[in-house]
Amino acid sequence: MAIFVNEHTKVIVQGLTGGQGKYHGMRNRAYGTQIVGGVTPGKGGQDVEGVPIFDSVAEAVAATGANASFAAVPPKFASAAILEAAEAGVGFVVCITEGIPAQDEAKVFNTLLRDYPNTRLLGPNCPGIISPGKCNIGITAGEIAQAPTAQGPNVGIVSRSGTLTYQALYELKQKGIGVSTCVGIGGDPVPGTNFIDCLAEFQADPETHAIMMIGEIGGSAEEEAAEYITANVTKPMSAYIAGVTAPAGKKMGHAGAIVSGGKGTAQGKMDALAAAGVKVGLNPTEAGELMADIVARL
Amino acid sequence: MDLFEYQGKQYFARYDIPVSPGGAADTVDEALAAADVAGYPVVVKAQVQVGGRGKAGGIKLAANADEVREHAGNILGMDIKGHVVRRLWIEHASDIDEEYYASFTLDRAAKKHLLMLSAEGGVEIETVAESNPDAIVKLHIDPVVGLDLVTARQAAVDAKLPERALDGAADILVKLYRCFTEGDCDLAEINPLILKPTGEVHALDAKVTLDDSAEFRHPEWDAFRGLTEMDDREKMATEKGLQYIGLDGSVGIIANGAGLAMSTLDVVNQVGGSAANFLDIGGGANADVMAGALEVINFDEKVKSILINIFGGITRGEEVAKGIVEALGRVDLKAPIVIRLDGTNAEEGRQILADAGIPVEKLRSEPTMLAAARAAVALAN
Repeated sequence: MAIFVNEHTKVIVQGLTGGQGKYHGMRNRAYGTQIVGGVTPGKGGQDVEGVPIFDSVAEAVAATGANASFAAVPPKFASAAILEAAEAGVGFVVCITEGIPAQDEAKVFNTLLRDYPNTRLLGPNCPGIISPGKCNIGITAGEIAQAPTAQGPNVGIVSRSGTLTYQALYELKQKGIGVSTCVGIGGDPVPGTNFIDCLAEFQADPETHAIMMIGEIGGSAEEEAAEYITANVTKPMSAYIAGVTAPAGKKMGHAGAIVSGGKGTAQGKMDALAAAGVKVGLNPTEAGELMADIVARL
Repeated sequence: MDLFEYQGKQYFARYDIPVSPGGAADTVDEALAAADVAGYPVVVKAQVQVGGRGKAGGIKLAANADEVREHAGNILGMDIKGHVVRRLWIEHASDIDEEYYASFTLDRAAKKHLLMLSAEGGVEIETVAESNPDAIVKLHIDPVVGLDLVTARQAAVDAKLPERALDGAADILVKLYRCFTEGDCDLAEINPLILKPTGEVHALDAKVTLDDSAEFRHPEWDAFRGLTEMDDREKMATEKGLQYIGLDGSVGIIANGAGLAMSTLDVVNQVGGSAANFLDIGGGANADVMAGALEVINFDEKVKSILINIFGGITRGEEVAKGIVEALGRVDLKAPIVIRLDGTNAEEGRQILADAGIPVEKLRSEPTMLAAARAAVALAN
């Protein structure tokens, strides 16, 4: 088992003919992901290394039976690409695009909520999702993820930060701990999928035995997750929150990460998670060690 | 990007939000000229991006040219909470009956737009939120649906604005919402929003934060650049397209991804050091970007060691390595580099660094983030 994606997931890449789309789409295919098509308006009928290109998502879905999309398109076109995939009935859309205007994100989120409740958006501005050995959609280097074992224990990872997602995978691989699924939800203000969505799936997934969560400063997503954990999550967890030393009022790199008005501090988030029974590490390595302790006791 | 008050008012005017006539001034003479255009009496207002300007003496009423000369002379160059006043905004003084508060932001938890409206304006909204939370009306707006006049007027009723202010307030709220959405603001705030004795509702202040991601569809934002409050390091980094924030420590930081960069700052702090900066070279950074990043760090006199922490996803290890080699050929780096390189093509990257024959006192590799932080801090302290 894995959450959101598995070995049967059929993926089209929106923007497969572009630089990023081709590079990561082909790497995902090399990893074993079923990349069944690409979409670039005006380039239908061509192919990228044998993967057929279609003019629209609807045509690609009709021809290939794809049920997931990897949107690797520039910010200007990202909203339209996500909604086109939803309109074509794609159930899972991963958008890695960084720099989509917040107003567009808010509109897309609420449009999906209202008109396409069966489409789940992961991202934007996220590294994607990997179920090691089964499916990798996005920009994660597959070799840093340890495949899960049938007997377990396996860990599910959910992270708001791109590179820290890799760091978390890497920490667990060093310790030989298998990962059921690793989800990068992205650091933007309005992510399509949030911590709670992933925690609920991990809690229900029989192949996930423990959960590692990586958060960062800004917003209140970690505090909301802590509340959810208290009420709903029985699997043991470790966590790390980036940005303890971040000065207030400064946007740390991307739109989501800012401490303002004394809210969204790393300490507040760490305290909330600790109160929910989560083992909180002071750096990614420590969070990995805490997870190793948890796994050793399972 | 945070706008100064006068820029925010210029932006408001694009959306027909009523603001006072006035002009910006960098000298006393310009202030006098602006006052003539605005019409006496005028208010002389310091343009700094910090609250509490009035209390600090940065906002003064002037009835005539002599008073403008006196106040402009005093306020220009004044230090308000560490912000030096370089520009003034001179506007016609308004008669005020009442002061309100209005703002639009994105409520990240609700994933909807949030209108906050209060009949208690002129003070910081956080203060009102603490002392009298019921005085703030909070209304969530579905971004797909938007805000209409009827809903806006009802919000004004709920906020207990007087009858004679309702239509004017509703009109401004709809315009401010348009400015917030079509104008791609993260924050559009009017405090105070005033009611004049004549019954008009009017924006007496403007606090606007623009969403940098939307710059591609706002050529008019070019006019706002240039005077933003950045130190020299930040200006240089911005010119190179880098995400940089200057700090006060001695370890220069370069990382890919905001999360990893923040985490690097944390770890440096935990092992007893302090970071000189936050620098995220972003995803897919190539040799040019890395070389540019090193130039910015090198420009900072306080930097005693440089910690490069890269975990490749989109960013490829060999590109990072090429960038470092290139930068070392291009710039005479004052501080030694400690690098931790992992992820996509990290092997190739490490090989390129090893083959370049850089002496170990200039560049050393460490296998983990913690080890690299310890080494960099040891070199800096």
